[in-house]
Amino acid sequence: MTTRYTKDHEWIRIDGDFAVVGITAYAAEQLGDVVFVELPEIGKTLSQGDEMAVVESVKAASEVYAPASGEIVAVNDALEGTPAMVNEAPDGEGWFVKLKLSDPSQLDAMMDDAAYKAHTS
Amino acid sequence: MADDASLQKTPLYDLHVELGARMVPFAGYAMPVQYDGVMAEHNHTRTAAGLFDVSHMGQARVSGDEAAFEALVTADLAALGAGEQKYTLLLNDQGGIMDDLMISRPDDGDLFMVVNAACKESDFAHMRARFGERAQLHELGDRALLALQGPQAGTVMADLCPDAAKLVFMQSGGFALEGMDLLISRSGYTGEDGFEISVRSHEADTLARRLLGDARVKPIGLGARDSLRLEAGLCLYGHDMDETITPVEASLVWALAKSRRERADFPGAARILAQLEAGPEKKRVGILPGDRAPAREGTEIVVGGETVGVVTSGGFGPTVGGPVAMGYVRTDLAKPGQPIELMVRGKARPAEIAKTPFAPHRFYRG
Repeated sequence: MTTRYTKDHEWIRIDGDFAVVGITAYAAEQLGDVVFVELPEIGKTLSQGDEMAVVESVKAASEVYAPASGEIVAVNDALEGTPAMVNEAPDGEGWFVKLKLSDPSQLDAMMDDAAYKAHTS
Repeated sequence: MADDASLQKTPLYDLHVELGARMVPFAGYAMPVQYDGVMAEHNHTRTAAGLFDVSHMGQARVSGDEAAFEALVTADLAALGAGEQKYTLLLNDQGGIMDDLMISRPDDGDLFMVVNAACKESDFAHMRARFGERAQLHELGDRALLALQGPQAGTVMADLCPDAAKLVFMQSGGFALEGMDLLISRSGYTGEDGFEISVRSHEADTLARRLLGDARVKPIGLGARDSLRLEAGLCLYGHDMDETITPVEASLVWALAKSRRERADFPGAARILAQLEAGPEKKRVGILPGDRAPAREGTEIVVGGETVGVVTSGGFGPTVGGPVAMGYVRTDLAKPGQPIELMVRGKARPAEIAKTPFAPHRFYRG
């Protein structure tokens, strides 16, 4: 189960037939306390780089982009009640959506753990 | 960005950096937006005491014929006694708000004012031009300004400077503390009890460290300052009001002194008094979103498919536990409980007009 990263601080991880997407701990730390997450509708098709979700901190709203092209097959409804999950467990329970990838090879060009670490240091 | 050489630094800059603040540019200054996090800082100010650096704001004294100053604002300065402070508005000749400011008479003599950072140059230029030879404005560029805010601010002050702790809301005075020359008023911008402390720049770091040495006090950044003032229903100049907005539209009629209203001798009096009589076309109101989505500045307000106003300040209120906002709506809709819709990213979300403050004011009135 390899995790890949974008320069905009989203992570994407293949999990069975789908890919799970969230924002990185680094991004969550930069945003501060998350108070609201607007998630896309299930069934929506996105191209890589499209606006996928919006995450709001006390101060400001920030866009989250689709790291790869595909169809939204699930969203993390728990974030509606507990948006702070994005700060508490950005890599796990604070996930945003599951995507059915239309082109899994898009992940090959993304950063791996080591490259992302270098990108944010 | 924050270490951009073009930005000015307050006398507490080194302290902010040492405390691990995230510095951002604000009104030409490098200012701390947060230390521990906006939510924690907001909650600390509502439950204990927060220390804010507001040294970017403009401070000045006015001497000479005070009538020259009174003619530009909405307060009755002739009636302002020693040790009293008033919130007032600087108006242009059309009655539009050039700035909101505090004016006090800390001792028996000159008037002292604190104006917004982004407006200070234009305010002072306007005042000097209108004063002519009649009055003199002395800019106090060598003074820093700290705000101590929160329910424990009074007890913290009682331990530091007991005489200043005897002030009640909107009183002010000059105090000496270990050789430091302080101008202290009991006021602030959070809705909580608290003080604003003017101190000579070279003593500001010492004073701030003294205050932070008290376990009840934590440093608070501009992020929480904004969420605190928004919950308190207090206007932010340049957002909730500007030169095109009158005090009537801004729901700040209370800042028009009764005597000035009777004399009709403030700038733009004819227009403002006519608006008071007939009612303005639009008015500033509080807004409570009906769901969890914050409505930010610029969000359109809709009723029955028609645009009826705009949000001018909006975000999340940690004490309220949900989103809160302020904005302008058509006056016939400006009543608490009025259902509205907010167009957030193209989606209409339910909301209603609400009374402010969203978090009750807890000023110390003795």
